[in-house]
Amino acid sequence: MRNEYDVAVVGGGLLGSAIAWGLGRIGQRVCVLDEGDIAKRASRANFALVWVQSKGLGMPAYTGWTVKASNSWAKLAEELKQQTGLDVCFQRNGGFHLALSESELEQRAETIKRLHNQSGGTDYQLEILDHGQVAKMLPHIGPEVAGGSFCPLDGHVNSLRLFRALHTGLARFGIDYRPEHAVTKIGYENGAFRLATPKGEIMAGKIVLAAGNTNQVLAPMVGLDAPMGPTRGQIIVTERTVPFLPHPLTTLRQTDEGTVMIGDSKEEMLDDSATNMPISSVMADRAQRMFPMLGRLNVVRMWSGIRVMPKDGFPIYDQSETCPGAFVACCHSGVTLAAAHAYEIAPMIAAGTLDRKKVGAFTAKRFHQPAQEKLNVQTH
Amino acid sequence: MFRRIEEDRRKPVEIIVEGQSITAREGDSVAAALLASGLEVRRATAVSGEPRLPYCMMGVCFDCLVTIDGMGNRQGCLVPVRDGMRIEIQKGKREIGR
Repeated sequence: MRNEYDVAVVGGGLLGSAIAWGLGRIGQRVCVLDEGDIAKRASRANFALVWVQSKGLGMPAYTGWTVKASNSWAKLAEELKQQTGLDVCFQRNGGFHLALSESELEQRAETIKRLHNQSGGTDYQLEILDHGQVAKMLPHIGPEVAGGSFCPLDGHVNSLRLFRALHTGLARFGIDYRPEHAVTKIGYENGAFRLATPKGEIMAGKIVLAAGNTNQVLAPMVGLDAPMGPTRGQIIVTERTVPFLPHPLTTLRQTDEGTVMIGDSKEEMLDDSATNMPISSVMADRAQRMFPMLGRLNVVRMWSGIRVMPKDGFPIYDQSETCPGAFVACCHSGVTLAAAHAYEIAPMIAAGTLDRKKVGAFTAKRFHQPAQEKLNVQTH
Repeated sequence: MFRRIEEDRRKPVEIIVEGQSITAREGDSVAAALLASGLEVRRATAVSGEPRLPYCMMGVCFDCLVTIDGMGNRQGCLVPVRDGMRIEIQKGKREIGR
């Protein structure tokens, strides 16, 4: 039995296409099996931050992994530009999280302290700044801003263009991209995988499950596990305005083309066909208190999207023991971690095994530890 | 390019375009008055800076964006002229405080 492909990547969103691009870059024969245009696609709904601050509370390895990804991001942007001519507008200009009261600021400082105490080796140069210090860097803040945290490693990108650049890159690498090929069944025999789709069967030597929240259903077919806990987020977009915001915030950023995006809501519901007005109102109100001049801008779009979210919020990278050659990858931060997926995960998959030293902490086995053990990990 | 028809007997309305006084007619939209003025009224688009004139005249294309009485990004085709109205041709993106 001869395999048409070295690797079949299941899922063509940001995560799947970053891994497929990384595989194509090192000469692997790859196909990407994707859903169609109506997929619930986080890659088209996300907030586009390349974000470091506050990542990893409860799992120190995630902080290190995030910093590493963020450090390789400029290289990814440059290679995509060389290959496709598309500028994804990556900026690593440092990012803020703003507090609208003294108690919010104290809470933030407390979180950062806990994070710092646990992460040990990974320093990401985070500072807590008061109103005056923030105002020097963000001159348009309103009087209600008590202060905020600033991390020089944070940045943002044009994530729609990133998505397009990765797919353009896939085509340049000769990767076989197949939309409308949602995988329904996976068989494994004689060291090869047989993937059933509505448009026929695909054979491959290895598979990477990168199907976002659907990984929860696919993973058990090949002896893997990917417990997910998706949430819904909403985003408000204003008309374009001249640049006024020199740094992105966790909840607000100005895009390279001038629109202002306001985001960061979280709801336990999975219908992305509507938006929740009371939530949008709170988002808009907080944004306007941070930057009063925003109140004059017109809102031109709002949307909701479903977050890809592993149950505990941290990435899952794992390999199957019963079906060698099957891998699963899912995480919330497909934009931030894109460079790690292209430059770290893809070569591991080509080599046939995940590097425990680098990504061992992200195994799904953590979900099956006894409760007491988990508690210990968190308090270290 | 545009010429008013002789039979148009509507009342004149004075508006100020880039500091220059222009006679429009009652019931004109800002976009129509600008086109009829014969002045250089092309805006510059927000992203590429391309020069553009009002196009659809019915609120859809947003190519008539203009600053009216200090407020940016107004759709000129949807706003009727008023005596003393001050119009600025918008070059590029709206300024956030205006």
